[in-house]
Amino acid sequence: MAAVLVENIDKSYGNVTALKSIGFQMDDGEIFGLIGPDGAGKSTLFRILTTLLLPDGGRASVAGHDVIQEYKHIRKKVGYMPGRFSLYQDLSVEENLSFFATIFGTSIQENYDLVKDIYQQIEPFKKRLAGKLSGGMKQKLALCCALIHKPEVLFLDEPTTGVDAVSRKEFWEMLQSLKKKNIAILVSTPYMDEASLCDRIALMQNGEILKIDSPGQMVIDFQKPLYAIKTEHTYTALSYLRSASFTRSALPFGEFIHLTTNKPYEALQIKDDLERVGIPIQEVKRTAPSIEDIFLDLSQTNEPIDA
Amino acid sequence: MQTLRYLIQKEFIQIFRNKALLPMMTALPIIQLIVLSNAASNDVKDVRLVMVDNDQSEISRALTQKIDANDRFTLVEVSFSHDTAFELMQRNKADIILEVPANFERDYHRKEAPKVQMLVNAINGQQATVGSGYLSNIIASLNKEIQPQLSQTIGSQMAAVEVSSNNWYNPELKYPHFMAPGILAELAALLTIVLSAMNVVREREIGTIEQINVTPIQKWEFILGKLVPFLCIGLVLVTVGLLASKLIFDIPVRGSLFLVFGYAIINLVCVLGLGLLISNFADTQQQAIFVAFFFVLIFILMCGLFTPIESMPKWAQYATIPNPLAHFISVTRKVLLKGSSFWDIRWEFIYTIILAVLFNVAAVWSYKKQQ
Repeated sequence: MAAVLVENIDKSYGNVTALKSIGFQMDDGEIFGLIGPDGAGKSTLFRILTTLLLPDGGRASVAGHDVIQEYKHIRKKVGYMPGRFSLYQDLSVEENLSFFATIFGTSIQENYDLVKDIYQQIEPFKKRLAGKLSGGMKQKLALCCALIHKPEVLFLDEPTTGVDAVSRKEFWEMLQSLKKKNIAILVSTPYMDEASLCDRIALMQNGEILKIDSPGQMVIDFQKPLYAIKTEHTYTALSYLRSASFTRSALPFGEFIHLTTNKPYEALQIKDDLERVGIPIQEVKRTAPSIEDIFLDLSQTNEPIDA
Repeated sequence: MQTLRYLIQKEFIQIFRNKALLPMMTALPIIQLIVLSNAASNDVKDVRLVMVDNDQSEISRALTQKIDANDRFTLVEVSFSHDTAFELMQRNKADIILEVPANFERDYHRKEAPKVQMLVNAINGQQATVGSGYLSNIIASLNKEIQPQLSQTIGSQMAAVEVSSNNWYNPELKYPHFMAPGILAELAALLTIVLSAMNVVREREIGTIEQINVTPIQKWEFILGKLVPFLCIGLVLVTVGLLASKLIFDIPVRGSLFLVFGYAIINLVCVLGLGLLISNFADTQQQAIFVAFFFVLIFILMCGLFTPIESMPKWAQYATIPNPLAHFISVTRKVLLKGSSFWDIRWEFIYTIILAVLFNVAAVWSYKKQQ
């Protein structure tokens, strides 16, 4: 049985279309990532699947229950962590956790196994008010609260936004261990580097899913030659590359320029070409695509970039 | 039930943890009660009067003396000129001009029913009506004193109807006795309506309501979880307020306190329902407070605390029926001052119960867990 099944979901707010016939399936015990920039429609999809928002059209079911007809069943079976920290800031860590346990008709003791690994990290601060916790600890507490009733499906809306690198890493480790307990996890993130930590990902933009696959397969499928160019004259190099006939796309990427070409070239050939027009180049190398490259490539096919 | 208990417990933890809220909920209303009960008095104590005596007779001088002797009046000036007197009123130095025409005494003895003129500064309506009432009384009593002297000389006896009045339930006309129970009712309603409206909207602003909405909590559990804690606060306020009124103003408690508290519970549930209803339609605390104030102001100004409901226009009198505050004030005054029984205030009970059911059902119904 699919943990989440989405078919042709539409949603618009007035004139703004937030979701355009979205469809995907997510299996039990799978970490499924929704990857996309702000405004891609990720949170809207979360709100529909957690029964907070009604879709305009299409069908969706969570843990085998329809999100419109059987929303009451869903609420017992899912854990939701909204993008914004939304626990009681004026209650302590312990009070928050036992509050959410009680309203789901359970207790901390009953499901302690499930949250133990995470809760132990914040337990030394259990008397501290939730509002006084650091960002990383807040996320851990929110995850505990979302887990305390042993949900079948966990919805995490941008759980690592605004969290430091170490806490982000820890957070993903926790998700991996939850996956082993057969909890399906739908997670959204604007960070492309987190995509490779998911079993499968859906790349989203402007309310549409561009592609769904496992991150590994996406990299394999990416056929276009990709080069990383290192130069101190990023701007001139970019302008030149964008007007060059062999270029498919050229985008700044950290300290590199990522260049895709229409057909394979030798790295040296590109370096020579650039240096011939007077742009000093430190390095050109063929490189494996990251999810970000794939995302940018896919989003460009929809929207041609201006030179 | 377990869920509800925990919701209520959570609310109390939050209330007691809020350092600013607790004194605001207890000390401030008591201060208001004490200040307002003393200050909001309709008593007219000092009416400034100018006498224009164009007659200079025995009777007119007796009248002047009588007014001067009354402590409610201050005789600002006795003048001969209407213009001087008017000037004083214009400069706001006088409230009433009493003009005795020339030949007043002569006409009086000739039984021609001479007229004195009373000019009242009606900018302050209260001062004007009450002041002119007092003055009419003085003139009437003077009339009564000189009548027998006249009739003796003329030899005819007139029968007069004597009216003797007595102030029941508040014999000394102590204003705090009248105001304190009303103000107490007003404060309790005002506090609970604002607190409940703000509280739910705060959850919406902070985003905690999002988390609550994905849980299997029932709508009525959520609403009741908000209602009960604020009901308790309201009752504490009523208790402390009654105690303060008794100790400070020595207000009489003639009726049953059970009746007062029984009614207070229903009334607070009613206004809390309205507060929660407002909160369901507001997205921010600012919106909630403005809508709450819209209702609170209408309730206060039309509840009979400052202007008697009986002297309002007919439509406004009907408009007080859906005003829970009007019933609350009526009940506290009737039970405490008059010692009314349940049967005397049954209509207040009935109206309030209807309103309470309406507001609370609407609040549960309009609270949407799903958009």
